[in-house]
Amino acid sequence: MRKLWAKIVGLGVIATLLLPEIVAAAGPKAAPLVIVADTRKFSGWEAWWTNLYNESHLYFALLTVVIIPVVGLIFGVLADLIMGHIGLDLKSRELAEH
Amino acid sequence: MDWLYVLMPIAGIKIFWPGLIILGIGVGIIGGFFGMGGAWMVTPGLNILGFPMAFAIGTDIAHMAGKSLISTMRHGKFGNVDYKLGIIMLVGTIVGFEIGAQMVMWLERIGQVEKYVRYLYLILLALIAWMVFADVAKKKRKEREAAAAGKEVDKLATGLDWAKTLHKIKIPPMVHFKEAQIYCSAWLPIFVSFMTGWLAGILGIGGGLIRMPALIYFVGCPTHVAVGTDLFEVMISGLYGTATYTYKGRTELVAAMIMLVGAAIGAQVGTVATKYIKGYGIRIAFGLCVIGCALSIILKMMAKWFPAYGGVYDGAATVLILGLVSGMSLYIFVRMMAGAKREIAAKKAKAQVSVAR
Repeated sequence: MRKLWAKIVGLGVIATLLLPEIVAAAGPKAAPLVIVADTRKFSGWEAWWTNLYNESHLYFALLTVVIIPVVGLIFGVLADLIMGHIGLDLKSRELAEH
Repeated sequence: MDWLYVLMPIAGIKIFWPGLIILGIGVGIIGGFFGMGGAWMVTPGLNILGFPMAFAIGTDIAHMAGKSLISTMRHGKFGNVDYKLGIIMLVGTIVGFEIGAQMVMWLERIGQVEKYVRYLYLILLALIAWMVFADVAKKKRKEREAAAAGKEVDKLATGLDWAKTLHKIKIPPMVHFKEAQIYCSAWLPIFVSFMTGWLAGILGIGGGLIRMPALIYFVGCPTHVAVGTDLFEVMISGLYGTATYTYKGRTELVAAMIMLVGAAIGAQVGTVATKYIKGYGIRIAFGLCVIGCALSIILKMMAKWFPAYGGVYDGAATVLILGLVSGMSLYIFVRMMAGAKREIAAKKAKAQVSVAR
């Protein structure tokens, strides 16, 4: 009987979690402040980058989302190579809580 | 000294770039060690360097995504990342985060957001700090009792055992998480990640600060696996946050790249340091960080309650956060160097013994 109740309570919790729109938060959103980057001070890639920002936030965001993990990966691999040369075992560790 | 300042193309302000690298190193060390993004440290740090708050948040999230990727790669090699657990938790995290963010919009419309968010943050931090130190106290008691009985405590034994009780809930599907070494209902990590995501959405943070202890105390991960798996989650939620903030035009990628240079070094130091510090050492240091964070929020609140001394309290909060970041990073760095020296010395001694034979 206790197990049955536990299952019913558990299923009730799950049903609640599966209805994400329960929280009534619909409403008009405030318009965000628009920032325009000043391209006059830049040349070369900086000017291109600033112009891209002004022209299309969507492409700017897509490029940022691609660049961040790529640069992270490059730095991670470089750091891996450097740490490997130090002579530490970077593939295993002892698991212990105390 | 002009060469020490870089003009940011989007924000249009000059920033002291060595400060960005130092901040990146410090937060990289702490993030790699504790499994956090570190928004509560970086955002005020960027604000101090001169970024407007919206840019500080967006730039921090962008750098956090890259830094977490670097840390996850390193933790993954140690076997600290349970990818299956991380992916299952993503579902709950994203749904919970969106609900939390929508609740903030609702609280903002009724003019109650500041009050509720600050108090909720304080209550949460107090609860986390209590959990950590109650766990440490209970574990020490178990060790004393075992020593008195002439026995030894298991290497993976912990103080608080709530996760063991939660693992008894057998709602299908039941899943085995290999790296975390747990067998439980899939709904447990989904529920835990939903709650942590919801809290993160309301508080406007990445969630590592909440998710790491939740993985330990409610899901039952060993500390190192909680750190690594949490970083995996932070990486993905960081990318999602980067997309959102960049689309709103509040990310300075140049600053994020400069910080990543420092974070790449810091993340390696912090992650490798987890090799030389046992799980409870990490937990105690985490608990101290949480207390420091709570104190800085109290100081910020006092700045509002006593506007005549607002500057003093605000300054004290800043000094506390930066002091905490510097102190903690230095401690982790020193422990890592000491551990690395011991390991290399042991390797050399072993090599000499083999040659002698």
